[in-house]
Amino acid sequence: MSTEATAAAIGDKIRCDACPVMCYIKPGAVGACDRYANHDGQLVRVDPHVVLERTVEHGGRLVPFQAGGDWDGKIVQQPDIFVTAIGAGTTYPDYKPAPFIVSSEIDGVDMVTVVTEGIFSYCGVKVKIDTDRYLGPETAAVRAEGETVGHVTTSEYGSQMLSLGGVHHLTGGSKKEGRVTCDTLMDLSNCKPVELTVDGGATVVVQAGKPPIVNGVPEERMRVGCGSATIGMFAKQWHGKVDEVVVVDDHITGVLSEHQAGKLLDIADTGIKMKGRRSTPGRYFQVAEPGTGWGGTKISDPLSVLGPFDRKEARAGLTMLMVSTTGEHSAYYVLDEALRPIEKDMPLDLKLSVERIQENCEPALCTVLFMGGAGGSLRAGVTDNPVRLTRSVKDALTRVTSGGAPVYVWPGGGITFMVDVTQMPAGAFGYVPTPALVAPIEFTMRLSDYAALGGHMDYVRPLSSLRDSAEIRPMLIPGRRA
Amino acid sequence: MKRLPQIALLRDGRRLHLQDGPIDLIVEAKGGECDVRAAYDAAAERFTGLLDELCEELVELRKPADPAQCALNGAVARRMHAAVAPFAADCFITPMAAVAGSVAEEILGAILAAARLDRAYVNNGGDIALHLTQDEEFTVGLMDRPDRQGLMCTMSISADDPIRGIATSGRHGRSFSLGIADAVTVLAMTASQADAAATIIANAVDLPGHPAIVRLPANELQPDSDLGARLVTREVGALSESEIEQALEVGADCARRLLAAGLIEGAALRLKGEMLLVGAGTAGSQALHERRLEHVMQA
Repeated sequence: MSTEATAAAIGDKIRCDACPVMCYIKPGAVGACDRYANHDGQLVRVDPHVVLERTVEHGGRLVPFQAGGDWDGKIVQQPDIFVTAIGAGTTYPDYKPAPFIVSSEIDGVDMVTVVTEGIFSYCGVKVKIDTDRYLGPETAAVRAEGETVGHVTTSEYGSQMLSLGGVHHLTGGSKKEGRVTCDTLMDLSNCKPVELTVDGGATVVVQAGKPPIVNGVPEERMRVGCGSATIGMFAKQWHGKVDEVVVVDDHITGVLSEHQAGKLLDIADTGIKMKGRRSTPGRYFQVAEPGTGWGGTKISDPLSVLGPFDRKEARAGLTMLMVSTTGEHSAYYVLDEALRPIEKDMPLDLKLSVERIQENCEPALCTVLFMGGAGGSLRAGVTDNPVRLTRSVKDALTRVTSGGAPVYVWPGGGITFMVDVTQMPAGAFGYVPTPALVAPIEFTMRLSDYAALGGHMDYVRPLSSLRDSAEIRPMLIPGRRA
Repeated sequence: MKRLPQIALLRDGRRLHLQDGPIDLIVEAKGGECDVRAAYDAAAERFTGLLDELCEELVELRKPADPAQCALNGAVARRMHAAVAPFAADCFITPMAAVAGSVAEEILGAILAAARLDRAYVNNGGDIALHLTQDEEFTVGLMDRPDRQGLMCTMSISADDPIRGIATSGRHGRSFSLGIADAVTVLAMTASQADAAATIIANAVDLPGHPAIVRLPANELQPDSDLGARLVTREVGALSESEIEQALEVGADCARRLLAAGLIEGAALRLKGEMLLVGAGTAGSQALHERRLEHVMQA
């Protein structure tokens, strides 16, 4: 490695130190070299026509572009220039050789990158929304502009999952449904915000890499765990500072004095009576209806999840902390002579414990995985014998990437892959009126392997023939993370 | 850690590419094999550290040039100043207006000191320093829109012409322009002179106060621009034919004065698809004229 460009921020400007000119660069502008730009306060490299470049020519220097992006497979050497499929163009069905079949000679190994833009008429996106707030019932329809574009699927570990797109919405419904689905998938895949409404649930603005906005309120944090887990994590820190703690959670509300963690600390019974259905000691299901209030329930007054305290066990002066799983909501109570909880100022050490919960909550984000499959016709654009390409991918002789980003190829039949859209260059996705999405897909393999699988050898072009070509355009990778 | 420029032959194996920060040079030398190698070695050697040299005096180079004296030290910096000094008494200009041509000239100088060549050029993003001997000639393509592909027309320069520098300036290039010209290409004795003059003429092609022209302070776009808060052209909306003609004519007047003063050998001014040529029968401008006819016939 040699020079690494870094940037110091001065107001909204950044100062690039890639070279001694030391340009101040404003947001959205480039430096004097046209090579470095300020993209939302981040210094990014914007060289024309090269996504991944390794310039180790004589006396050359290496400029980090994909910071920390060590995605190269161990199968073949990474080419010094990686040509992505974006803008390669294609036809449908893909009966003719892919637009670019590029070869570059690296370390004596002839590399082939078959570069094409696939048309994905069966494609979809899987959306993970980090929120405890209730977005809607499982299997409920998800709509954009009033059209059904997908549905709510299982919720996973503090995140709500949506499954959008797919052949039924793209081509199985009305013309408008297909068009709106296509637009929604394209915008989500290009990291643009999209407003979605769930039947019988919330309206949520989803943007890859950004916090979700549920019913107009931006989500800040993921919950630290379910209510029961939170009790387990913080029981020791609460011990001796408060008599009772209730962690309000739509899924599993936790009660310290009854919870196994409290029992181990010999915390005395408090006579608390929870609403909802007790699962195991100190763990309650369905204390309230789901919603966008405390801990993903619809309540705004946490006392509404409690029944009257048991007079046999409760006593006046007993203290109680109620807190949500993100620490976003919290309140402190002391029982009066009539054993009614009365809200009081929270003692400092309990405030600190609430802050600790907040601190342990990770930032809430939306993540969008594009899911597509290289169907028969796309594969035919790569080789005369499409099934051999599938086998080659399964045998790990061929690496699949999408816009240069690593993909996960599903086991089983076909070449069905998922890719994190924030790892792809800006504007990587397009559409055709079919309706279908156009996404880049690259297959990289040894030239000899390419010949063996029936590749279109007559169409292989040396990498150098792509340089200085009108087929090349500059691109920007905004969200590529270290 | 020492920062090194990027130096490599292009894939065609003939041309040398040198890049450091904002400087991007394409060099081609024609001659014996040993001479070409010596030339490229000399180019690489001179290029290494050149940007640092310039940046040492960057603050001074971004200030308006003093028409009477030069306080700069570096060879390239002094050449930049010399190129803009003839204009400094009459208008605002900083040595930065000639940076690209001056760097090209410096590298060409280093090459010629090291090798005997039939022909050579150093192209610094369209600002070109030339070397020609005997029957050699160059075919140079003119671009009216540096932000787009395609050539407007081509022209030939032979060893007999006094032209050894070509530069293009306009509102689409990497530098800002105070004027509205799409491109002004200048032929001059040296690349640094051509660079400075192209800037001056492109600035002169203008319609002050025209509502269709969007201008913004240069330092709002590039905080450390040598143009400071001066308004630079960002957009040029619809103009009538007579307005285009009027703007080009102002620029042409400027070009004719420079031609008469011996500062340039010829100029081609382009705005909104219209072209105007300035040159008084020199071989170079003759070349432009001929091409112009060809261009018109093709159109």
